[in-house]
Amino acid sequence: MPRRIVAGIQSVGHRVIDSIWRLGYASRFFLLTLIKSGTSLRRFTLVIRELYFTGVQSLIIILVSGLFVGMVLGLQGFETLQRYGAESAVGTMVALSLLRELGPVVSALLFASRAGSAITAEIGLMKATEQLAAMEMMAVDPIARVVAPRFWAGVISMPLLAALFSAIGVYGGYLVAVVLIGVDEGSFWSQMQSAVDFRYDVVNGIIKTCVFGIAVTAIAVFEGYDAAPTAEGVSGATTRTVVTSSLAILGLDFILTSFMFRGMG
Amino acid sequence: MVSESLIEIEGLNFSYGQRPVLKGIDMTMERGKVIAIMGGSGSGKTTLLRLIGGAVRPTSGYVKVAGEVVHKLKRDELFRMRRKMSMLFQFGALFTDLSVFDNVAFQMREHTDLPESMIRDLVLMKLQAVGLRGAHELMPAQLSGGMARRVALARSIALDPLLIMYDEPFTGLDPISLTVIGNLIRRLTDALGMTSIVVTHDVQESLKIVDYVYFIADGVIAAHGTPDEVRRSVAPFVHQFVHGEEDGPVSFHYPARPYAQDLKLEGSFA
Repeated sequence: MPRRIVAGIQSVGHRVIDSIWRLGYASRFFLLTLIKSGTSLRRFTLVIRELYFTGVQSLIIILVSGLFVGMVLGLQGFETLQRYGAESAVGTMVALSLLRELGPVVSALLFASRAGSAITAEIGLMKATEQLAAMEMMAVDPIARVVAPRFWAGVISMPLLAALFSAIGVYGGYLVAVVLIGVDEGSFWSQMQSAVDFRYDVVNGIIKTCVFGIAVTAIAVFEGYDAAPTAEGVSGATTRTVVTSSLAILGLDFILTSFMFRGMG
Repeated sequence: MVSESLIEIEGLNFSYGQRPVLKGIDMTMERGKVIAIMGGSGSGKTTLLRLIGGAVRPTSGYVKVAGEVVHKLKRDELFRMRRKMSMLFQFGALFTDLSVFDNVAFQMREHTDLPESMIRDLVLMKLQAVGLRGAHELMPAQLSGGMARRVALARSIALDPLLIMYDEPFTGLDPISLTVIGNLIRRLTDALGMTSIVVTHDVQESLKIVDYVYFIADGVIAAHGTPDEVRRSVAPFVHQFVHGEEDGPVSFHYPARPYAQDLKLEGSFA
């Protein structure tokens, strides 16, 4: 019995040490990516190419989801607000929900599943098919040539995608509340205009999306680079990217929100 | 004066954790030759290539390439040395997101400031050397295994290296592609004045094209010599390997307890 307990404690200890070791490795990898970003910034075409894959190809899912989220917000907002006779504030509700929370968070979750998983799978497969080793043997650093451009492309495209998500979401809310239900158009837009503060709502939303962009892409490139070079390894890494990024987004969102909107009306 | 030998290996030991892979290897490889390293699967051949390329560090001993001890080089010095060497991976390791043309142009664009028009001419020349000029617009997914290997070969000679290492270049090829790759290795080595190291277990094909052969078994050099010496060798390991015999110094059976004991037959006839 005592032997079992010792073995249990040992196994917990191993797991903790492994996790800390992996966290340290990931942090080192992240720093290396930043240090070796010179090539990406000098040869910006490398980043532009990746922007197409991570940004442009994520557009459809972001736009369609944004539209539907905005439409649902319009419906639910109207339904709740009309109980208090405040249905003209539905524009404010839609815009604030999207800019502060749903825009950054939902678009980041979609980005993690669409682009993050693709980045991990691509880098993982490049490793499994010895493409990264071949690059090393050609005296080309894979972190500078493969990882850094994908990282920067993710960091750049995330805020842009979230902005488009929020914009089309607001339009979705307008479609439902004004065009479909018949809320007054003037009060829809004017209340939104007066209630949305650029500094607190828009800028804070942008800061969130930048943080999410860095987190999701850093996790995606690390998981790909660290994947075991087998089919099973790559599939496991892709799953870990989606799970870890989603948890990171939600955790970071809570921390950021608690700092940004503390004590605000 | 330029030394005759491009690679000198002395007292080389390497272990993965507690498991020794190479045990006291000594080798000398002359410039301009095609050298084969043969041995069974898991005998440490590919590890030896990785040690020459500086991808892993030896436990003890050293590898010298063109007079420089590889594991003592700093990262930028190692990268500078790697520009003089190339490696052809087992399945080509072509960059799947780049076309054949861009694969061959990759190192030129990364390491030189050559104008695009000159890169185009050079790439087409390299592809012509492997007979695939007409395929320069294709993507790697559109190539057969043999063609991919030839494109990888064109890519590895892109910057006219001093040394090319081939990791199992004949694996999984049909007889025609096999002969084509074998002849290309020999022809390109002679034409470009390079040195080639071919890691393989394809005895018949490689004996036709190489100048010298090393056999590695259990992490040590079991035998070495010219192809003729190898063919005539009566050393049990070499004989078994060259003639593909089922049993010999390399046993057919994995070490196990006595058969009767496993079948629980002991004492049943008593």
